[in-house]
Amino acid sequence: MMRLPPFTYLAPRTVADAAQALASHGAAAMLVAGGTDLYPNMKRRQFEPTVLVGLLAIRELRGVRGGAREGITLGSCTTLSAVAAHAEIAAHYPALAAAAGLVSSPQLRNMGTIGGNVCVDTRCNYYNQTYEWRKAVGFCTKKDGAICLVAPGSPRCWAVSSSDTAPVLWSLGARVRLHSPTGERTIPVEALFRDDGIEYLAKRPDEILTEILLPPADGWRSAYLKLRRRGSFDFPVLGVAVAVRMEGDVVRDARIVVGAVASQPRPAPAAAAALVGGRLTPELIARVSGLAAGPAKPLDNTDFTHPYRKKMTRVFVARALASLAGLAPAGWPAEEVA
Amino acid sequence: MSEDPRGSFEGKHEFTVIGQPLPKIDAWAKVIGETKYADDLFLPRMAYGRLLRSPHGHARVGRVDTTRARALPGVYAVITGADLPRVRFGILPVSQDEEALCTEKVRMVGDAVAAVAAVDEETAERACRLIDVEYEPLPALMSIEESLAHPEVRIHEYGDGPNVHKNVSLQFGDIEAAFARADLVREDVFFFEGNTHLPMEQHAAVAAAGPDGKLTLWSSTQTPHYVHRLLAKILETPAAHIRVVATPVGGGFGGKLDPFAHEIAACRLSQLTGRPVKIACTREEVFYIHRGRHPVLMWIKTGFTRDGDITGCHLRTWLDGGAYGSYGVASTFYTGVINPVTYKMPVYKFEGARIFTNKPPCGPKRGHGTPQPRFALECQLDKAAEQLGLDPAEMRKRILAEPFTKTANHLTVTTIGLGECIDRVVEASGWRTKWRGFRSEGASTAPSEPPPEPGRAGGARARTRRGIGIACSAYLTGAGTAVYWNNMPHSGVILRADRSGGVAVLCGATDIGQGSDSILAYLPAEILGIDPKDVHVHPADTSLTPVDLGSYSSRVTLMCGMAAIQASQRLREVIAQAVARKLEVEPGALAFRERKVGVAADWERAVPFAQAVELAETTHGVLAFAGSYAPPKRAGKYKGGGVGPSPCYSYSACVVELSVDEETGEIELHDVWIGHDLGRALNPLLAEGQIEGSVYMGIGEALMEGQIFRKGVHKNPSLLEYKSPTTLETPEIHTFLVETDDPEGPFGAKEAGQGPLLPVIPAIANAVYHAVGVRCDEVPITPEMILKGLELRRQGRPARVGPARIPVFTFKAPVVVESAFGQPADAIAVRPFQP
Amino acid sequence: MKARLSLTVNGEAHDVLVPVHKTLLEVLREDLGLTGTKHGCELGECGTCTVLVDGAPVLSCLALPVDLAGATITTVEGMAEGGRLHPLQQAFAELGAAQCGYCTPGILLTAQALLADRPSPTRQEIREALAGNLCRCTGYTKILDAVELAALRIGVPR
Ligand SMILES: Cc1cc2nc3c(=O)[nH]c(=O)nc-3n(C[C@H](O)[C@H](O)[C@H](O)COP(=O)(O)OP(=O)(O)OC[C@H]3O[C@@H](n4cnc5c(N)ncnc54)[C@H](O)[C@@H]3O)c2cc1C
Ligand code: SF4
Ligand code: FES
Ligand code: FES
Repeated sequence: MMRLPPFTYLAPRTVADAAQALASHGAAAMLVAGGTDLYPNMKRRQFEPTVLVGLLAIRELRGVRGGAREGITLGSCTTLSAVAAHAEIAAHYPALAAAAGLVSSPQLRNMGTIGGNVCVDTRCNYYNQTYEWRKAVGFCTKKDGAICLVAPGSPRCWAVSSSDTAPVLWSLGARVRLHSPTGERTIPVEALFRDDGIEYLAKRPDEILTEILLPPADGWRSAYLKLRRRGSFDFPVLGVAVAVRMEGDVVRDARIVVGAVASQPRPAPAAAAALVGGRLTPELIARVSGLAAGPAKPLDNTDFTHPYRKKMTRVFVARALASLAGLAPAGWPAEEVA
Repeated sequence: MSEDPRGSFEGKHEFTVIGQPLPKIDAWAKVIGETKYADDLFLPRMAYGRLLRSPHGHARVGRVDTTRARALPGVYAVITGADLPRVRFGILPVSQDEEALCTEKVRMVGDAVAAVAAVDEETAERACRLIDVEYEPLPALMSIEESLAHPEVRIHEYGDGPNVHKNVSLQFGDIEAAFARADLVREDVFFFEGNTHLPMEQHAAVAAAGPDGKLTLWSSTQTPHYVHRLLAKILETPAAHIRVVATPVGGGFGGKLDPFAHEIAACRLSQLTGRPVKIACTREEVFYIHRGRHPVLMWIKTGFTRDGDITGCHLRTWLDGGAYGSYGVASTFYTGVINPVTYKMPVYKFEGARIFTNKPPCGPKRGHGTPQPRFALECQLDKAAEQLGLDPAEMRKRILAEPFTKTANHLTVTTIGLGECIDRVVEASGWRTKWRGFRSEGASTAPSEPPPEPGRAGGARARTRRGIGIACSAYLTGAGTAVYWNNMPHSGVILRADRSGGVAVLCGATDIGQGSDSILAYLPAEILGIDPKDVHVHPADTSLTPVDLGSYSSRVTLMCGMAAIQASQRLREVIAQAVARKLEVEPGALAFRERKVGVAADWERAVPFAQAVELAETTHGVLAFAGSYAPPKRAGKYKGGGVGPSPCYSYSACVVELSVDEETGEIELHDVWIGHDLGRALNPLLAEGQIEGSVYMGIGEALMEGQIFRKGVHKNPSLLEYKSPTTLETPEIHTFLVETDDPEGPFGAKEAGQGPLLPVIPAIANAVYHAVGVRCDEVPITPEMILKGLELRRQGRPARVGPARIPVFTFKAPVVVESAFGQPADAIAVRPFQP
Repeated sequence: MKARLSLTVNGEAHDVLVPVHKTLLEVLREDLGLTGTKHGCELGECGTCTVLVDGAPVLSCLALPVDLAGATITTVEGMAEGGRLHPLQQAFAELGAAQCGYCTPGILLTAQALLADRPSPTRQEIREALAGNLCRCTGYTKILDAVELAALRIGVPR
């Protein structure tokens, strides 16, 4: 049986205590919320913290407040199931409900949190393996080694940002609140990420993500499409988040963010700009989806071949936009839509 | 009472147990969580073991230093190969090439080199990391091509050539003349990727050695008998002092059919520590244990007449065997010998070779060696039908093999219900309209309009295409020979009636979920007129139960069933005599039903079964009777003729309907219709369950499962990355049971647990072609392959995706034998141990 | 680090002293002797280890008992009440939905949570609810049938 390595577990009841505990243990400590990402990784010895600061006992971190009109605040320890099932979110931020509801399996969504999902470790199929396996193939830069097995000449790690909700939150213009013993700050969610497979978060290690703030819905429509082998369990190997604000049938504002094709979610600003002022016709969508695929830079370290993931970026962007335009339902397209 | 076992039970309607959809006898324990699988055993003082496995694909093993591990507090014992007798073993007598803990060489990542027993698993694991092993790496050969290209790097010293484990060649009739007679001769190349069983239960074993030198092993094994025999050899301990108990198996599918390092190490560690020792494998280790589906490259050449008759077939297979022999010699034959059982194939030539590579060893997985050539043949038939302008369903019906005849390769076929299977699935699926209908919508061979390039349609014109495909198959009901040569029964049952009216059944068979324990209750209950609940089944304990060879080759229902029938008949006879004496009637006039024994016309005087047992025990003494079964001796009289014969063959026909998304290449299955000739459904629920499970597994193999290697290691040894279908990828499965009442089977039954997997895979490939005009001559069929095929179509090139080349390889000169095609079957009822 | 915990499992309170890094799966099986909870990966990838925490299906291989003080935990051993099988257990046995039976405890509990939430689910809803439980034996067909039958029987008690 795969087992966790020993550690000391702290279960503070307030964010302040948690921040204090984290700070006082320094690099030996890690935060854990639902543990659905961290524990499997620890069992494979990808992380070996000796102190865990658990967030689940902090009541203030749970729950959803506010509404579509003034904006919604999600406590970072709200479970993915709760996010997916939240009526106001489903109605006004449908891409977020969809993304949360597409994470792994029903059981895992009952445990995994939205905060953990945003902070989820980057993935690589040379890395998400047991210690023995990694030893057999040769340890890599991200853990225990000094070369990248995907791009051996490269000084950096190309592990893949694999969060379903991160690209969506970015496309929705969400912000996140970070708390540390020295204070609190609120930053746009995109400022949380870095283009590096190892240092993939731009926050300081002593900062706790406490809240996710969604702006007022304000006429934005959104959609999220996910590529994976199976309808359950699997991480995204491509996630496409689109959001548009319409005036009549003209696009006033648009954001397209592509997930799971780089070490952080990738915005496609040129594609989004090309939408603004236009009508969501098949011709425009075809052109924009070509542009949107540009920033996708998948490498060969996930399921499916990377050329396929790249090619699908265009298809998924097109489909996501088409669903917002009412041209076709998202997900599995209708039979023989001609 | 010694007439035909089915003597007084003619006609289905008179059965009370047979044919009823009864719950399995072990279902109740399973739904309350009470069933104890191997890892659920916790014994007093038990130690926990762990294996240290090789990080090298191929290396010489130097010094193994266990000093640091031994010094770790909580460690009870550390062993290496030096602590075991220097014997090599293997499941087949011809392939004794394994060591539990490697001493000279490791041949794959995952080969075990040392083992630890400690106070808990964590300590054992930590100790493993403290063992220092010196390796001298050798080149690791990771494919058939590499192994053939590097004869100087020998993985094993034995075999039919450098890195060639087995090289076989058989010819039945004049193959060139057969092709000359044909109107159409097709040559095709196919590749079937390897895949693994993936039982939900990870292998586990608990060993307990006593101070008297006796040893008990509880293990999640499908074959306690072979493990028992081999443990005696490996541990150099008398077999009489070893007891192997197969715990209920949490899924096997062929993956728990060899003796494994963790079982052997647990035994040795227990002997050394004087404690029970448990070794439970991790999921990753299960991928290294493997013994799963061989990757097979195939070349198949078949001649057809204008009407679709086969004039002859020539098949070549190259199997990537992995690092050890395992069942591989049998697997090699199985890639060739079963194809002729389905259709009239008057002339047949088969050449096969199994190549060693530095990967986990392949072996028997559900359908053992036969799904791969079945995929090749059935896809080729689909292509031929198209060229000949025939409906592929009708073409298959036309060429069905004849019942009670011999095949070209001297296999005796008894009943064949395949025609009815085809009719049922064709009817239920609406084949005729759909096959013509979808096609006329223009998706396939000569598309009027090329498919759009992905994404160019702006999301609005995304199209999915529907397709429907058909394929058939046949499978054996129990191998005709044991893995070691002998003239003893393949299966034995002891039945003991007690004064309570209960009956105990002792049998070596292992229930791996297929329901063998239940069959062992149903058959005596039917014959003795009691309720299955009155029967207590004690399975799979080598100290207690007569040998059954194991749960493989779909042999258990037939062989244990026949043995159980014989034992039940013997018991019934003695009880009948005693009751007849009391009632002053002829024994033959007695009926056994409703837990009573009496004369039907005078049922008030019938004697309760418990009392009947007392009467019989009074006159006869203890009521314990044995039944034995061995299959009819029908091996072909040529070298290699021992693999393929079976008492009878099951048949399946499958229709699949699916959609293909032309932009993403994704396939969605809608419905699977499967007709299966199982002789008789002893319990239709269990039979359906076996068929549905087979279909499921076929779907996984067709669309996603693959044992893939990269940089010398298994690419995806986890349940997350080795993709297997969830509820969302599994379509509705419509099962049709076809009964042919085979004279060889218990109450006419044939197998249902493996055969139905076979046609699913080619039916999917054929349906994909029907949908989008892309021939996928390789499985698993991935979205990437579909898109590649569509791209070829756009370029106006043949839309075929699959292997392009076959290896440069010289097969042996063939063993040339006359074709036995069409000869009448040998006498049916002549079998050993049957009066 | 060890912790003294009180866990409520199947309605009974258990006081245990366990290392904090032992998962609920390990504590149930190894400390409480409740081996009905099975495991197929211990990494959150199969659903075999599913138990109910306050009625919701969770993966015991990724849950820490320290986080579960005060919670109500249900394992397969707790499904039958007073010797009477839960209708799901009855239906699974009757319809052959348990073949090897190894995935069965996790699936039963997941289905129990579904039926508590949605007494008459459609077949598609059952598929979605069970999408986190792998079964390698049944092709899911009899499992879906059994959940439907149990739902019917709960709706219309016999
Ligand atoms: C089999 C399997 C499949 C999965 N599939 C998917 C999938 O399809 N899509 C997907 O997006 N994810 C998937 N995941 C990953 C993971 O389960 C989810 O992302 C989940 O939402 C993580 O949340 P958690 O609360 O469990 O995170 P944890 O494991 O508790 O934490 C994850 C990381 O975030 C940090 N962290 C957690 N909370 C905070 C906080 N409040 N502030 C700062 N740092 C924090 C932790 O230190 C840790 O590094 C899968 C996991 C598994 C095991
Ligand atoms: S991208 Fe390279 S460095 Fe990063 S985890 Fe993968 S192999 Fe390691
Ligand atoms: S054992 Fe917990 S999900 Fe597999
Ligand atoms: S019944 Fe065997 S895994 Fe589901």
